[in-house]
Amino acid sequence: MTDPTRTPTDPTDPAPSAQAAGMGPAPVATVPPADEQARVEAAAAEPAVEPSPFRTWLASLSEGGATRNIGLIVVLVILCIVGFATAETFATTGNIRTILTNASVIGVVTVGMTFVIIGGGIDLSVGSIVGLASVWCTTVATQSYGPFVMVLCALLVGLIVGLVNGALIAYGRLVPFIVTLGMLIGARGLAQQIAGLQTQVVKSETFNGIADGAFLGVPYLVWLLVGTFAIGWVVLNLTTFGRRTVAVGGNPEAARLAGIDIRLHTALLYGVSGLCCGLAAVMLTAQTASGSSTNGQNYELDAIAAVIIGGTLLTGGRGTLVGTFLGVLVFTLITNLFILNNLSTPVQNLAKGLIILGAVLLQRRRSESAT
Amino acid sequence: MSDVISGPRSGLGRRGFLFGGAAVGATLLAAGCTSNDSGNDSPETNTKAVGGDNAAKGTQVTIGFSAPQADHGWIGAIAKNAEAQAKTFEDVTFEPVEPTNDVAAQIAAIETLITKKVGVLVVLPNDGKQLTAVASKAMAAGIPVVNLDRVFDSPLAYRTWIGGDNYGMGVSAGNFIAEQLKGKSNPVIAEIAGIDSLPLTQDRSRGFKDALARAGFKVTNRVAAEFTVASGQQVTSNLLQAAPKIDAVWNHDDDQGLGVLAAIRQANRSEFLMVGGAGSLDAMELIKADNSVLKATVTYSPSMASSAISIARLIGQKKGFSDLVENDVPASITLSSATVTKENVDQYLKTGFRS
Repeated sequence: MTDPTRTPTDPTDPAPSAQAAGMGPAPVATVPPADEQARVEAAAAEPAVEPSPFRTWLASLSEGGATRNIGLIVVLVILCIVGFATAETFATTGNIRTILTNASVIGVVTVGMTFVIIGGGIDLSVGSIVGLASVWCTTVATQSYGPFVMVLCALLVGLIVGLVNGALIAYGRLVPFIVTLGMLIGARGLAQQIAGLQTQVVKSETFNGIADGAFLGVPYLVWLLVGTFAIGWVVLNLTTFGRRTVAVGGNPEAARLAGIDIRLHTALLYGVSGLCCGLAAVMLTAQTASGSSTNGQNYELDAIAAVIIGGTLLTGGRGTLVGTFLGVLVFTLITNLFILNNLSTPVQNLAKGLIILGAVLLQRRRSESAT
Repeated sequence: MSDVISGPRSGLGRRGFLFGGAAVGATLLAAGCTSNDSGNDSPETNTKAVGGDNAAKGTQVTIGFSAPQADHGWIGAIAKNAEAQAKTFEDVTFEPVEPTNDVAAQIAAIETLITKKVGVLVVLPNDGKQLTAVASKAMAAGIPVVNLDRVFDSPLAYRTWIGGDNYGMGVSAGNFIAEQLKGKSNPVIAEIAGIDSLPLTQDRSRGFKDALARAGFKVTNRVAAEFTVASGQQVTSNLLQAAPKIDAVWNHDDDQGLGVLAAIRQANRSEFLMVGGAGSLDAMELIKADNSVLKATVTYSPSMASSAISIARLIGQKKGFSDLVENDVPASITLSSATVTKENVDQYLKTGFRS
């Protein structure tokens, strides 16, 4: 108990009732821990202490938030200008629909990833969870229960795997990088095992309809993308869960002292990431009309890259979903532009790498001049 | 340490129990869904009982087998075919090693087989160049190596090579498309390649380009996927935007073809004809049904693994092919890449593999 923030309790304050309801034997019998407990509980109940990192974040959003995303917006605008100039089909509705649909699956994954990274963690297993969920929900047995159970199965598998990650990290006190790296390999292995290394074709037209159909001219997949980001934004910015995520990522010790159960919260964050992967698996499976253990390969890298160029701190405690969304769009747009212009993959990868570096540099310069 | 916050957590015991119960229930429900038993027990492998003089039981041969770990249907079919073909022989002991995608692990596995003194080795290397040394070592130790598909760097490293013809695949696809588009001026011909950095992809593309050039055509749009359904879907959805009207598409690989076809369906496009590659059962069934853009596929059949086992047995027994005059098995066998269309699909269904 070397915590310097603890004030020595005042022996003149008797507080007998609190001591009776106390928490076991006090370390020093003459010093009642009662008012200390009362103080911590009050701190937990009162939001004024908790959002100190949140306040900083809020302030940075109102002052520097817009500038933080300017780098990305500039990149997006440049890419669009290049698109207009080089490809006549770039601005067609069909192409815009394709870009957004291509962004949808990885976009949903990045929502969960943003939460995990803001919460001070990292999830390397997202791609494998997508693969595992897509395989699990398309086995002959699952398909026999119909499309509803297939969707439910994918979501459950994602959630459970995510929670396993979370439990190992939060309660097993293991490093997130290692746990999710293990899951990256293990979940992919399980997916290969279940699928018997084959591609499982989805027979249900209703299920595949998730990718084929549209509402108000906008594909369902894009609705799911927008919906997930909207829910994510509300949860991150307007709920206790979101505030706690920022607090836990910014300063876990302060968050713990403020009464947040940081272990439970960390575990839940990985659950959120897993759930997003489950949804992404449903979307990808419908889109490709098949479940395969190769689904979701390299998603962890794409998702982390999008989150980071979106301005989220890799160390946690700060980040926005708007930035993440822009980051996903940048990558999807690059792929689209290169194919529209019939350019080769190596050049495309080179450009992607340069754009990641460029966007990050631009953002850093902006944020330095802003502060 | 954390006892200061134990107060607010007093209800966790019961809640934890409920959550735990729900989690166990959900896991059990989900676990019931992993079965892939379709009730159809026929294993989809390509085996053939050998005929003629070679059918008779000969001396016992132990065949060691090493291949990469399957990450898509074709490699999966290679391993299954090899095992199934070995089972058709009474005089063959089949000794496969753990499949791996790690070059070092495959080298170690082959060294184990050398130490065990197997009669013949059948090897599909992860990387022909990197495994040349260990294959040469086997040959030097008196164990003949049958090199499957990906070729070793040196002829000293193998007794016989059997594999597909990537260049020929491109040629077959190019010829079919040229034939179908005969008389068109400047048709839009798109190519959906596999992993671009692989020599096999480059060979296929070269063959396709050469065959089209002979007919005066050229590839107008080219994209590269990664042999996976998801990548096939993604690049194709973009390709279809790049070219609003297409006359023909060649997709290198039927595994990624599932994604390619999904993207075509999602974009409601049907103005072109498509040719597949490798010859999966799914592709052949679609060609037979004739209700999609897929009109043909050019084969690169994993039945070569079955043939490799038969060849290994003959080498082990010091016999030759019964239809050839030669006393020994030839040093190199290149499979021809057949064009499977609606007309001849029934003949090829038996060599198709599930992607």
